[in-house]
Amino acid sequence: MNLFSLVLVNLGRNKLRTTLTLMSVVVALFLFCALRGVLDTLAASIKVGSEARLVTRNAISLIFPLPLSYRERLLAIPGVKSVSYANWFGGRDPVDPGNFYAQFACDAETYMPIYDADVEIIAADSSAVPLPVPAGIDPKLAMFMSERDACIVGQSLFKRMKWKLGQKVPVSGTIFPGTWTFTIRAVYHAKDPAFGEESMLFHWKYLSEKGMGGQGIVGWYVLQLGDPGRAGEVTRTVDALYANSGAATHTETERAFQAGFVSMYGNVPFLIGVIGIAVVFAILLVAANTMMMATRERTAEFGVMKTLGFADATLFRLVLIEAGIITFGGGTLGALLAKFAIEGSRFNAGGFLPPMTISWTTVAIGIGVAVLMGATSGIIPALQASRLRIVDALRRVE
Amino acid sequence: MGLVTVREVHKEYRRDTQAVPVLAGLSLDIDEGDFVALMGPSGSGKTTLLNLIGGIDQPTSGEVSVHGEAIGRLAPRQLARWRSRNIGYIFQLYNLIPVLTAIQNVELPLLLVKMKGKERLERAKHALDIVGLGDRLKHFPRQLSGGQEQRVAIARAIVSDPTLLLADEPTGDLDRKSGEEILSLLERLNREFRKTIIMVTHDPHAAERAHRVLHLDKGVLSN
Amino acid sequence: MAIPISYNLRNVTQRPWSTLATTLGIALVVAILVGAFALASGFQAALVETGSPENLIVLRTGADSEISSGISRDAANILRALPEVQVGADGRPLASAEMVVLINQPRLGQGGSSNVTVRGIDAEGLKLRNQVKVVEGRMFTPGTDEVIVARRMARRFASCGIGDKLRFGQRDFAVVGHFTAGGSGFDSEVWGDNAVLMPALNREGAFQSVTLRMRDTTRFAALEKQLEADPRLGVQVRTERGWYSEQSALMATIIRVGGVFITLIMAVGAIFGAMNTMFAAVKQRTREIAVLLTLGFTPTAITLSFLVESVLIAMIGGVAGCLIALPINGITTSTTNWSSFSEVAFAFRVTPVGMAVGLVFAAALGLVGGFLPALRAGRQSLAASLRAA
Repeated sequence: MNLFSLVLVNLGRNKLRTTLTLMSVVVALFLFCALRGVLDTLAASIKVGSEARLVTRNAISLIFPLPLSYRERLLAIPGVKSVSYANWFGGRDPVDPGNFYAQFACDAETYMPIYDADVEIIAADSSAVPLPVPAGIDPKLAMFMSERDACIVGQSLFKRMKWKLGQKVPVSGTIFPGTWTFTIRAVYHAKDPAFGEESMLFHWKYLSEKGMGGQGIVGWYVLQLGDPGRAGEVTRTVDALYANSGAATHTETERAFQAGFVSMYGNVPFLIGVIGIAVVFAILLVAANTMMMATRERTAEFGVMKTLGFADATLFRLVLIEAGIITFGGGTLGALLAKFAIEGSRFNAGGFLPPMTISWTTVAIGIGVAVLMGATSGIIPALQASRLRIVDALRRVE
Repeated sequence: MGLVTVREVHKEYRRDTQAVPVLAGLSLDIDEGDFVALMGPSGSGKTTLLNLIGGIDQPTSGEVSVHGEAIGRLAPRQLARWRSRNIGYIFQLYNLIPVLTAIQNVELPLLLVKMKGKERLERAKHALDIVGLGDRLKHFPRQLSGGQEQRVAIARAIVSDPTLLLADEPTGDLDRKSGEEILSLLERLNREFRKTIIMVTHDPHAAERAHRVLHLDKGVLSN
Repeated sequence: MAIPISYNLRNVTQRPWSTLATTLGIALVVAILVGAFALASGFQAALVETGSPENLIVLRTGADSEISSGISRDAANILRALPEVQVGADGRPLASAEMVVLINQPRLGQGGSSNVTVRGIDAEGLKLRNQVKVVEGRMFTPGTDEVIVARRMARRFASCGIGDKLRFGQRDFAVVGHFTAGGSGFDSEVWGDNAVLMPALNREGAFQSVTLRMRDTTRFAALEKQLEADPRLGVQVRTERGWYSEQSALMATIIRVGGVFITLIMAVGAIFGAMNTMFAAVKQRTREIAVLLTLGFTPTAITLSFLVESVLIAMIGGVAGCLIALPINGITTSTTNWSSFSEVAFAFRVTPVGMAVGLVFAAALGLVGGFLPALRAGRQSLAASLRAA
């Protein structure tokens, strides 16, 4: 029988209390890691943005368009390997207005090759007759490429909406009025989950014909760089080129562009952090309370142990380790539960976040915080136990 | 017919899977106004017998009647009510409620009876006067000595004017002097106020104060 | 007969430390709940109060925000000329055809930038909004490139002080005044003259919305039907209030749902904590309970007593939680309203309803947490606990 087994016996003495305390710590750590996970997820969504791609938008704000005519000049800039463009469609589900998903119109010939490394076409309609496909594009997209009103959707979205290949999906336009119908011809899977699988892409040409009266208005340009090291140089060149024109540009790496969206959350991350701290405090209180209750009950017992010859320091360590074990055990369980349950279920807050990730760093921090709180909460009871005088302990306590 | 009638009472307890017999076919009668001491070695079942008479426990077999009423047949709710009206219990360890003052502790049993607050207070004060603590109404148990606490407990036991007072080692935790005071008080309650008292004790000195002494051994009366 | 509540009160006050821990735990949970509701209420209030009950707003059919809407000049003129529109003292209809765009501006103090709403108003624009008051500096001079900035926004974004120059569309706009708008959505905007802003931003083709003041608000339903059926216009019509309420619905719901979600999880933890404390209390008072049973109090009375005590402790925590949350009332913060894609500055609003919800929630926590321990107290075997004494 050593100190550790003594600790375990003591914890088993009142299984109900130990279990309840453990459960409290599990819940608290679960929440702590889940909240940090939101912050982790936002950070991960930024990292998904490439540093080898630039996004050029109207300098005023994203809602102002750029002319299609910019394309040639952008392509001619040294360092730029290819240029594509896209528009935010922003439509609504006519059947369920509360259902939100993103729709983009893009120049598929140039857009798909640029994002080739980030996505994988996992399902596609194929036609009876083999169709030609432009260079650099997955042959599975042949049918998509050949139909004006075809679209590609992300796997998550596809599953959630229970769509089928070949299905005609209606979308109510908000910026481009009217009801638009798109035929699903392919489904994509994102290699990095933070990339998101909740979007629908269709042909820019179709948008231009049907919604712009044939005009060439672009939401933003994507520039694929030959050499990522030249990002700064190209950025400056582009913006200087159009600084004095009707539509001045603002260029940044795709990563910075993503970061801009995240920064739009404003104070929300801060608030989430505050809640995280409150949760930590709560653990502290629960653990401390339990330890003190347990210690009070065992006063006579500690007295007896001291008469037997146990040193004060030993009792100190005993109580402290007990506190530490509950919080370590609970903390580990809660953190791991958060990681596997939330990541495993690909929880994405109804489409508002990309599928949540919880980094191992967060898990480690969570466990560390739990143990620290356990140790802190155990100090006073441990001191009480170690400082107890035998005489006081053995006197009958009413 | 006596106040308390016990007939062929058996009682056994279960410890895990073992049945431990405590009372083995005990019978006795106690008259009104009697002062009985129950003595016997540890484990002889004296407290158990007291609990059976007080309706705190039920016999495994046999019958206990108080005032002709077979209390073994009462449902738990009725038993609770019966207890509040007929029994005053005095424990070895006083068992006062630490967060209530002396007078509030004594008032407690009266909450179970329909009574105006003023009347309740009067009766509680009266009970405390009888036990000689009329000047300690607002004190908390922790502010009283052992003997004083026991006296409050006795006041609580008599405040609803019960037929029967059951005392389980009332002086067991007290020093000689306080113990003597308590025993004198019990004697007075029996003599002046005609209370029937059954007292469990292992102290022969205390037993001397009673009218009758019954010895229990191995679950039966041995005299 | 019930055990008096003073017994429970006494027990609660006489065991301060263990009570305190549970109380604080519940207080934190309630504080967060009240805080989340305050955030949502503040956000909603900011937008709902934007509207005046006499005003109508007209947008393009199918538009889900002002920025995605477009109304032609011709349509705007038709709307201005409607007989239902109130006429001002100067004989001109109280109608404002407005341009609404977003400009991306860097934040003050915090890193990053965000989208700010810029509204180009007509001459009548200010008259239509009674709650807007210029509190520092002055109103912009029509026909110039002067603008006024909502005071709340001026504090959060760069170049918005009086005398500063806001730059967008390759032009500088002089900030000449700060305004407040009664805590409404306009408190997050920059206002300028339509006639100047629209050409500057290449938006001369169409307005985003037309706001009208009605002569007779009972005519609203009829007018809505008439306008929405008119093929020349292609518009949807809302009351100004109704429109801004819609704009805030999504975000407010998200905030509330998120808050409730977090609170529920914390509540589970708090319930475990409360259970622990109550079980310990029951255990500590085994002999007391036995005495009460001996005296004749029924097990039900004892169970109820402990339940009451648990709820009492929880309610103290609930009140404490409301008090902790109270100071955030009035603190301004901002975030992006994803419905309109623009930044909205608003103040936390701790409401009586929010606090009431918090208190009820606390009571529920006390009930659920105290239930099993109270049951145990009542089920206590009288004989067994006296023997154990």
